Amino acid sequence: MRPFTYERATDAGAAVASAFRPGARFISGGTNLLDLMKLEIERPLHLVDISRLPLRAIEELPDGGLRIGAQAANSDTAADTRVRTRYPVLSQALLSGASGQLRNKASIGGNLMQRTRCPYFYDTHSACNKRDPGVGCAAIGGMNRIHAILGASEHCIATNPSDMAVALVALSARVELLGPGGSSRSVAIGDFHRLPGDTPHVETNLSPGEMITGVVLPAPPPGWQVYRKVRDRASYEFALVSVAAIVSVERGTIASARVAFGGVAHRPWRSPEAEAALLGRPATMVTYRAAADAALGDAVGRGHNNFKIELAKRTLCRTLAHAAEAHAAREG
Amino acid sequence: MQLKTEERPRPPATPDQPPTMLARLRVNGADNFVELDTRTTLLDALREHLHLTGTKKGCDHGQCAACTVLVNGRRINACLSLAVMHEGDEIVTIEGLGSPEALHPLQAAFVACDGFQCGYCTAGQICSAVGMLAEAKADWPSHATADVSAPTIALTDAEIRERMSGNICRCAAYPNIVAAIREVAEGGRA
Repeated sequence: MRPFTYERATDAGAAVASAFRPGARFISGGTNLLDLMKLEIERPLHLVDISRLPLRAIEELPDGGLRIGAQAANSDTAADTRVRTRYPVLSQALLSGASGQLRNKASIGGNLMQRTRCPYFYDTHSACNKRDPGVGCAAIGGMNRIHAILGASEHCIATNPSDMAVALVALSARVELLGPGGSSRSVAIGDFHRLPGDTPHVETNLSPGEMITGVVLPAPPPGWQVYRKVRDRASYEFALVSVAAIVSVERGTIASARVAFGGVAHRPWRSPEAEAALLGRPATMVTYRAAADAALGDAVGRGHNNFKIELAKRTLCRTLAHAAEAHAAREG
Repeated sequence: MQLKTEERPRPPATPDQPPTMLARLRVNGADNFVELDTRTTLLDALREHLHLTGTKKGCDHGQCAACTVLVNGRRINACLSLAVMHEGDEIVTIEGLGSPEALHPLQAAFVACDGFQCGYCTAGQICSAVGMLAEAKADWPSHATADVSAPTIALTDAEIRERMSGNICRCAAYPNIVAAIREVAEGGRA
């Protein structure tokens, strides 16, 4: 690790001001940042510890939604009764990720900021445009089994590893930000993470110095919510492919549908193509298969991850069937 | 004496000395004041500076959980935390859970159920299990829970395995680790 100075922030505005200098980084749980600092992939000169800011609360909103403070722990959020009962897809997604120890330490804001686990990103002897713009991408033409099949570029085929973000995308969450000078704004979660394009080293649409203060969920959408994660191990591993689906069925017809994929792209992948192919159609496997084909129509395999295309389709079909049946059963 | 460590970052003694800070670490009920390089992980502070070597370094990257300790009653990986971040926290290590003369119920269960071979992961397993049982008692759901909205959780073997999935054992003592945890969870060694 490179040497750094450290301060603990007690005030959000002061934290933002203090971090608005070259080489400064926010730290909260540190479960991704410290890992990267040990490998000298991240080399901050100054750490501003925001873990004790009064941003841990989970509070109900007048419109029936929920605000989750950026410093709420992943574990507390997943276990919160309101999240479990009204946004179960979010609880399921959080619980499917990492380990108990990591979920206790990791913050909601930090989860949104976590970086890819591409092995070439991690190997500082390998070419990586994310770490070192312009040197190339060793994953293209390399061992790319876990890499992206959608939205990638010739500069980067890395995936975003967050399960939570996939659920948030399906729920149409917004991310609240505080900037230098006290400015606040919110960004739709779908606009928070970027595709790689020719700037894979720029992963979010945060403006310089901005800090995440919370995540806002609208009132729960209708239907049954489910998060399904497919991976080599039964636990404690990132997704090869995951699906967040929210489906409602009325008299055998799909009345509403939200679909988002994880493990397939540089950001969580909301699929309006799948949703359009589901709305108003019969809740049958033929429909789900058509939606899957629509969702993955532009998918591109890179050699070792070609299996992900069919895997994503089958996972979507299975997940939609589960959600539709569960919703129909609940509604009687 | 009130020491506000966050107000006392020490500039380097010479330009090429890394920054240090005075940290107050409250471990197993006792306060310790240590001057630490800011880069010192909680794990290294416990082992190298406080000489509490019960907590082990397995991977140093948060992947094996041999370094599990309890902070304010919650299990974390000490390797992925900075010591200077723990001002005011109550830290409990394996040394604080029990002693040879007075074993913690989980320590006794691990012995009775033959829950280890080389013993390297064991301190982390036990600290993790203590934290896990508290989470289960608080009715936290897990990835193994069929319905996360259910208000109460039954701690089945499948639940124990999922909740302990962060802790690796290369000797594969898993079946007996689960048995030891189940025994304590069911009150066999209260």
